[in-house]
Amino acid sequence: MTTQAKVGAEDLLRQLAPQVLGSLVRRYGHFDLAEDAVQEALLAAALQWPEQGIPENPRGWLITVAARRLTDTLRSDQARRRREERAAALAPPDELVESPHDEYPAAEDDMLALLFLSAHPSLSPASQVALTLRAVGGLTTAEIARAFLVPEATIAQRISRAKQSIQASGVPFELPPEPERAGRLQVVLHVLYLIFNEGYTATAGADLQRGELTAEAIRLAREVRRLLPDDGEVAGLLALMLLTDARRAARAREDESLVPLEEQNRALWNESYIKEGTALVTEALSAAPLGPYQLQAAIAAVHDEAARAADTNWPQILALYEMLERLSPNPMVTLNRAVALAMVRGPQEGLDLLSTLDADRHVAEHHRLEAVRAHLLEMAGDHRAARASYRTAARRTTSLPEQRYLESRAARLGDLDE
Amino acid sequence: MKYVALVYTNPGAFEAMPQAERDAFMREADAYLKEYTESGELLAGGIALADASTSKTVRGRNGLPAVTDGPFAEAKEQLAGFYVLDTESLERATEIVTHDPAARVWGVEVRPVMDEAGTEM
Repeated sequence: MTTQAKVGAEDLLRQLAPQVLGSLVRRYGHFDLAEDAVQEALLAAALQWPEQGIPENPRGWLITVAARRLTDTLRSDQARRRREERAAALAPPDELVESPHDEYPAAEDDMLALLFLSAHPSLSPASQVALTLRAVGGLTTAEIARAFLVPEATIAQRISRAKQSIQASGVPFELPPEPERAGRLQVVLHVLYLIFNEGYTATAGADLQRGELTAEAIRLAREVRRLLPDDGEVAGLLALMLLTDARRAARAREDESLVPLEEQNRALWNESYIKEGTALVTEALSAAPLGPYQLQAAIAAVHDEAARAADTNWPQILALYEMLERLSPNPMVTLNRAVALAMVRGPQEGLDLLSTLDADRHVAEHHRLEAVRAHLLEMAGDHRAARASYRTAARRTTSLPEQRYLESRAARLGDLDE
Repeated sequence: MKYVALVYTNPGAFEAMPQAERDAFMREADAYLKEYTESGELLAGGIALADASTSKTVRGRNGLPAVTDGPFAEAKEQLAGFYVLDTESLERATEIVTHDPAARVWGVEVRPVMDEAGTEM
């Protein structure tokens, strides 16, 4: 087996996974059992295809194998429990083997329906993420567990519980009705963004497995964009991912310490991602109704367009944060606006804005509020207060690289004073 | 976010419980672990510790590590075990732990786990 054949087969399987699952659920229902059957078929293909070659009709092959597994399961259930009236209408296995070449007119709707189902609002975010990666992304439970640094048994539990609750709720396998669709799409996009962030916050060296989550999130966002080309927020999310991931190579040093944006070596930024992301968000902003992902992407684009940190167009970033805050008010947005405000009108104005957040119990204890305050105090030349704020922030963060960074900033200010 | 729940118990008090009460406590603890493992929030692989009297402590004496019998700190309540929760927030982790019978009888400390990952500062 060549490595190339293996990678080729894996990519193809990931791409076909949601189509096969969609086709099965559409035909037989039983989302939970169908999903298990598809996983078994994918596993069989992953073992056989690299050895024996990819079949002429890979989708038909997978559907046939998965359908056979599913009907076997349903039949044994039926024999055991005599409860399955719906299963009585199933086609016999012979017929399935003879006509694997389903017409797939609705493959694209299936993919969307699966996304909506996996990101069903009744599921917890952790379950939405796990189910989306498995049912739509075609990842195995073991791969998802590695990416999220939790035991495989835990991911298996989340997926199985999510499937049961979808099956039990009787949510139909179809696109949500028009009045709900925009809201439900927001949840789908949020799940993709969670997947992206889980991968992106992982630093370069030790956590390559997690880094692959960003690639997976971008791949899925591209798929959604292909299916919903006119949606501005879909374009905005894809653009935001590209414009953020563009900085990946520059954001951590070899020892995995974090490099703040203004100190990053911009020659390492991914030019083609920046180009693609900027074009996407520019088009969306001019054509579609404004949304938070588009605005965040626009802010990332302004950062990415500056050849040097000193060239950053802060007035534009400030204006975009003001729009974002009006559109979706949120203390974290206010925090970022305070940085932009300080860059445009000086640190004191930024500090004044920060002090309005001290009463907000959601951020008052958050390390990021104290980290930003420390940064602005340092800008204002108040080294003693800045050092105290860096130390407080270092105690509050639960990220080791962030803690090391904040402690080093505090130590540096101590050295300056001596 | 991941949190470790550190379970502290008083071994003497547990031994002094009537058998029926002890059995009820263990049943409740099992049901608790099962419920939140199934919800996908309590990670597989929690650890129960042997009695603190069986432990050795390694700590510096004149700049060199020295081994002594017994737990790190003499206290009525000793670390009895721990498990890891993976929840949306500290509030949720704390809410779950209020259902741990050990939290009702003794105490369970919930601490965030440090992450190897970080965002741009």
